[in-house]
Amino acid sequence: MTSPHDTSAAVPDTLTGGPRRGRVRTRAARGAPLPLLLPALLGLAFLVLPLVALLVRTPWSSLSDQLTSPEVWQALRLSLLCATAATAVSLVLGVPLAWLLARVDFPGRGLVRALVTLPLVLPPVVGGVALLMALGRNGVVGKWLDAWFGITLPFTTTGVVIAEAFVAMPFLVISVEGTLRATDPRYEEAAATLGASRFTAFRRVTLPLIAPGIAAGAVLAWARALGEFGATITFAGNFPGRTQTMPLAVYLALQSDPEAAIALSLVLLAVSIAVLAGLRDRWMTAS
Amino acid sequence: MTALGTPGLDARLVVDRGIFRLDVALTAGPGDVVALLGPNGAGKTTALRALAGLVPLTDGHLRLDGAALERTPPESRPVGVVFQDYLLFPHLTALDNVAFGPRCQGVGKAEARALAAAWLERMGLAEHAGARPRRLSGGQAQRVALARALATRPRLLLLDEPLAALDARTRLDVRAQLRRHLAEFEAVAVLVTHDPLDAMVLADRLVVVEDGRTVQEGTPADIARHPRTDYIARLVGLNLYQGRADGHTVRLDAGPSLTTTEVLTGPVFVAFPPSAVTLHRERPTGTSARNLWHCEVAGLETHGDQIRADLTGELPLAADLTTVAAAELGLHPGTRVWATVKAAQTHAYPV
Repeated sequence: MTSPHDTSAAVPDTLTGGPRRGRVRTRAARGAPLPLLLPALLGLAFLVLPLVALLVRTPWSSLSDQLTSPEVWQALRLSLLCATAATAVSLVLGVPLAWLLARVDFPGRGLVRALVTLPLVLPPVVGGVALLMALGRNGVVGKWLDAWFGITLPFTTTGVVIAEAFVAMPFLVISVEGTLRATDPRYEEAAATLGASRFTAFRRVTLPLIAPGIAAGAVLAWARALGEFGATITFAGNFPGRTQTMPLAVYLALQSDPEAAIALSLVLLAVSIAVLAGLRDRWMTAS
Repeated sequence: MTALGTPGLDARLVVDRGIFRLDVALTAGPGDVVALLGPNGAGKTTALRALAGLVPLTDGHLRLDGAALERTPPESRPVGVVFQDYLLFPHLTALDNVAFGPRCQGVGKAEARALAAAWLERMGLAEHAGARPRRLSGGQAQRVALARALATRPRLLLLDEPLAALDARTRLDVRAQLRRHLAEFEAVAVLVTHDPLDAMVLADRLVVVEDGRTVQEGTPADIARHPRTDYIARLVGLNLYQGRADGHTVRLDAGPSLTTTEVLTGPVFVAFPPSAVTLHRERPTGTSARNLWHCEVAGLETHGDQIRADLTGELPLAADLTTVAAAELGLHPGTRVWATVKAAQTHAYPV
């Protein structure tokens, strides 16, 4: 399986490959056989054309009006807030989980890793249904949360965060685990011989060493959370101001006001490009 | 056996790893430097890791200054380690690397840094205190690693191939410095090496380990003079044979007999340097050498400014001769030669 780390590293290269790369590419293209070149160009067009179409159809004149409407700001604010909160949850729970998977040899580790990876390939809607079964009012755990503490998670802003974290955390775990595996575990042994407990060694040695991997994983998780649709709408619903994030707003706007949908999409596209640029300049080249 | 409370190291390290079993006993007093010498895969590093607590003991014991440490986790052992590739923390400066240990022992930040600065000063690295490990040369990194290990005031200092990562020129300097620092160190130091020169320069006592077991133990001079295995004989550059002595004559297990100056009876080792061997194309007449064997050249290689000939035949041996002599004899692989060794240049000692 290709790690998400790798995929996103490859994308910015094709997007913004410098002039040095350009020359190499031209020479390669001259020698590329047609049966490969043709589908390759077709594939490129297939990926780029929709984005170009989005720009072409953007109502540039009314764009500022569209984007300054309170509904858009509300959705955008909620999206950024929830994606950031979901990333924070993923960091707090995911980094220790990644450490456990990379550094502690326990029975059933392969199975645990498979379970952690499952949300990566699971249709998000199924994730949403599963979350309802677990944390819904009549869910396996939610029943008790409701009865004992009066806590209701589905169809709340917290529910959005939970749905996004469920989908996004595996990206972080896989990324951090990969970085941990690439880091020499003997640094932790050296720390131990200097008197550091395992936790101190983790905090003062391992964590700084894997910081680039954590940052890259956090950005991936954040981007995934920002775009999350299926699990969110299933588990948290679509209430403006409470659970209606940008992707949900885009989908809803498309039914009634396509111009608004385009404007909203443009914002998300801009955020995505910013994330890729940030990844490329700050972490991908450094590591 | 060292009694309880006696300062120093008293260990029997047994580590079972399926097909490989390490079983080595080590004792040393404060101020001693012991070298574990052996070929790759002999279990030296495993022994070191067991002393540090990074590998659990299957059996045996480990006492340091009378305290049993078998079950103590590595972070609670008064043990400092200089790893082969130093493992300096790349995200910390040299100063913070050295201050790391004292900090873990509960020393305040400012005090730990002052302590670290003093150690770096002592190592002659004061001006490199702010440098990241990446910016340090191999010799400097080695000294930072040594300072880092010593800053925790260990009662046992472990060095894993301390000079292996250095180039030949740096090695010479660092070896001399390390020798000085080890001489100043008041507790037990154990170093692991496959280089006999490092072992002999740095250590007071050698423990030669082969295949997980101690095969010979003693002072460097004793081991260099009285090797007891082929591995050690090769390391110190001697021809070594086992046999049974009867007066001046030793009947070698390899076949022929050999005349020595020592008078011994029973099983003995006989050793002589390759430079003691003289080669002739024709059977020598009128020579006083009674140790005469008919051999065939198996291989030739340059050895310093000499040629070393590997001989097979009646007695397999290594012979050193000058380039001129080799040319005059017209030696090449397959040449039949007569080899002589004067009795005065052999050395026999009981098994």
